[in-house]
Amino acid sequence: MFRILKQSFRTGVVTEAPPDHDDGELERLGIEVRRRIDARFGGSLAIRQVDAGSCNGCELEIHALDNPFYDVERFGIHFVASPRHADVLLVTGPVSRHMETALRRTWRAIPSPKFVVAAGTCACDGGEIGVSYASCGPIENVVPVDVKIPGCPPSPMDLLKGLLGALVIDRERV
Amino acid sequence: MSRFDWLSEFLARFEDDHPIARYEDVRALAPAHRLELDAEDWGAAGKIAAAMGLRHAGVWADPLGDRPSESPQESGSEIEGPAIRVQACLERDGDYLILQTLVPETRPVLDSHTPLFPGVDRLERHAQDLTGVRFHGHPDERRWTRHQAWSTDDFPLRADFPIEGRSVRRTPADVDYPFTRIQGSGVYEIPVGPVHAGIIEPGHFRFQAAGEDVMRLEARLGYVHRGIEKLAVGRDPQGLMRLAGRVSGDSTVAHAWAAAQAMERAVGCALPPRATSLRAILAERERIANHLGDIGAICNDVGFAFAHVQCARLREQWQRRSAALFSHRLMMDTLVPGGVAHDISETDFRELRLDHAALHKAIAPLFDIIDDHPSLDDRLIGTGILAQADARALGCTGYVGKASGLAFDVRRDNPYAPYDQVRVEVPGETAGDVAARVRVRMKEVCASLWMLDRLLDALPEGEIAVPFPLPEEGAVGLGLVEGWRGEILCFVRFAAEGRIARYFPRDPSWFTWPALERLIHGNIVPDFPVCNKSVNGSYAGVDL
Repeated sequence: MFRILKQSFRTGVVTEAPPDHDDGELERLGIEVRRRIDARFGGSLAIRQVDAGSCNGCELEIHALDNPFYDVERFGIHFVASPRHADVLLVTGPVSRHMETALRRTWRAIPSPKFVVAAGTCACDGGEIGVSYASCGPIENVVPVDVKIPGCPPSPMDLLKGLLGALVIDRERV
Repeated sequence: MSRFDWLSEFLARFEDDHPIARYEDVRALAPAHRLELDAEDWGAAGKIAAAMGLRHAGVWADPLGDRPSESPQESGSEIEGPAIRVQACLERDGDYLILQTLVPETRPVLDSHTPLFPGVDRLERHAQDLTGVRFHGHPDERRWTRHQAWSTDDFPLRADFPIEGRSVRRTPADVDYPFTRIQGSGVYEIPVGPVHAGIIEPGHFRFQAAGEDVMRLEARLGYVHRGIEKLAVGRDPQGLMRLAGRVSGDSTVAHAWAAAQAMERAVGCALPPRATSLRAILAERERIANHLGDIGAICNDVGFAFAHVQCARLREQWQRRSAALFSHRLMMDTLVPGGVAHDISETDFRELRLDHAALHKAIAPLFDIIDDHPSLDDRLIGTGILAQADARALGCTGYVGKASGLAFDVRRDNPYAPYDQVRVEVPGETAGDVAARVRVRMKEVCASLWMLDRLLDALPEGEIAVPFPLPEEGAVGLGLVEGWRGEILCFVRFAAEGRIARYFPRDPSWFTWPALERLIHGNIVPDFPVCNKSVNGSYAGVDL
């Protein structure tokens, strides 16, 4: 136990400040995000992530959002296991034809109001894979998309900016 | 003494009964030797290989279309019309042999190697689903990679199948896959996936359990089949590299290196020494990053969050250095045909040195804790044991094989530059449980870190890339690389004008997924996540 405490003590806190847009912009964005999360999602944002055909590169970076540098839980953002608990559907990859129905069903299982975020170049425009006998291409070909976060894969910082940005778009879909 | 001392024995045994093998143009797939067989001798060759204790490193089919007469020995072929070339790779003691044969597209039947080598089960079914080659005597008739996106008598890799497919309707769910069932009182089924309860790739697992004990587990994959092999057709070498880097995102360097190696061997392109050293630096960085992430995740799966957080911290710092030096956190697109895209400067060189020292200092106390912590020992020792016999039968490589007593490593046993210049330590464990796989990974992190410094010590001066020559039509090449998961094999054939005619990357996960189904036996359902994470097969790498 002493060894663990010693290591923890030596490591200290490595969590970083949220993404640095311009300072003014960040402040506005931060306040706006907080307000919207409070108003529309009861103070926290639950994300259900679905890999619809990615190479796993995007998943590695989404995982990184939980590491002690980013620690997105402190913003009230957390990843959930069930679509029934989710506010946001975060989808990666082009949609493989074999995942088409599973993705659609997951999307339907999320209660409204809901957001769909396409993360990664493949999810945004098909990337290296595109549309083929095996792939439906970008996410928007299968379920409606609200926000796109490009990058192959997007860095944790890109993802964080995109997720925060997702909350300020004005949308009335129910 | 020259290598391939078992090959002469193989040939002698083969010639006794089947004198028609053609052992010509043997180095076309160097470092492997190549043996051309008649289709009816395919099963017999498998039997001899099994009797000699060779490892089956995979099988793939290559539809040649109407032009089967590309290489000398096939010009005498009696097959008329479109043909399919089938190739299988065998290995022992680091020596490789490729068996190949030709079957007509109208009646593509071969004896199955699966009864002798259970590890190639899904590879044969994959070849059947994509090219239509039927493996006679295969114990499992079910489809594998094909779900519902194309019909039973369509074969996407054949020339007459359009890349855009033939069906535009919505693809239904794969609900009628006939899982094998255990029946009995108290036995129940747990279906999991394809959408899992976490941030993870999609696949389906079907457990049969009695109480908490798993009696049987069957994986159903293919959900992320993106048509990689078909997409490769017609690409130029640069285009293939981009695609190879996205076969499996966590092995982007390893798969890109395997593809590059295959293409470079096909055209006889010699790399500058600095380029191979830089490639090795990238590959070892990838190994360390993934092992760090997995060691932490395994600990997390049994509730030891401390190690998870510490490993995630180190991995993040490591990836940031990769981004600063090579412009990408996962080092995608850093390899190009003929070399690498990024050089390191004197400043980078010093930063890398400091970085290695810092990581070394950080992991020492951490690994000590993980290695000797009672609550971890309780959960990891004796959990998910893969017997050596099972690992051998399936042909497991990488940390899964190494933890079960099979210390095979391409870097040491069939070294490619620059590993022929540096000592490769291959950790071995025999217990085969989750704890052994964690220990192998920790030792590999230390060994790679040591090796990174040696690679920097001896970093040659000079160019980092050479122009890639225009490949001849019909040129073939084989890539063999030790990725962080184990041996990656890659086959490339060129068409006219330097375009790709066939690309087949064989990830080690083909053999570790069946290993997971075996090692879970007798464990409790709640231990599945930690068993799964300790194996960590790639979904994208096998679904292709």
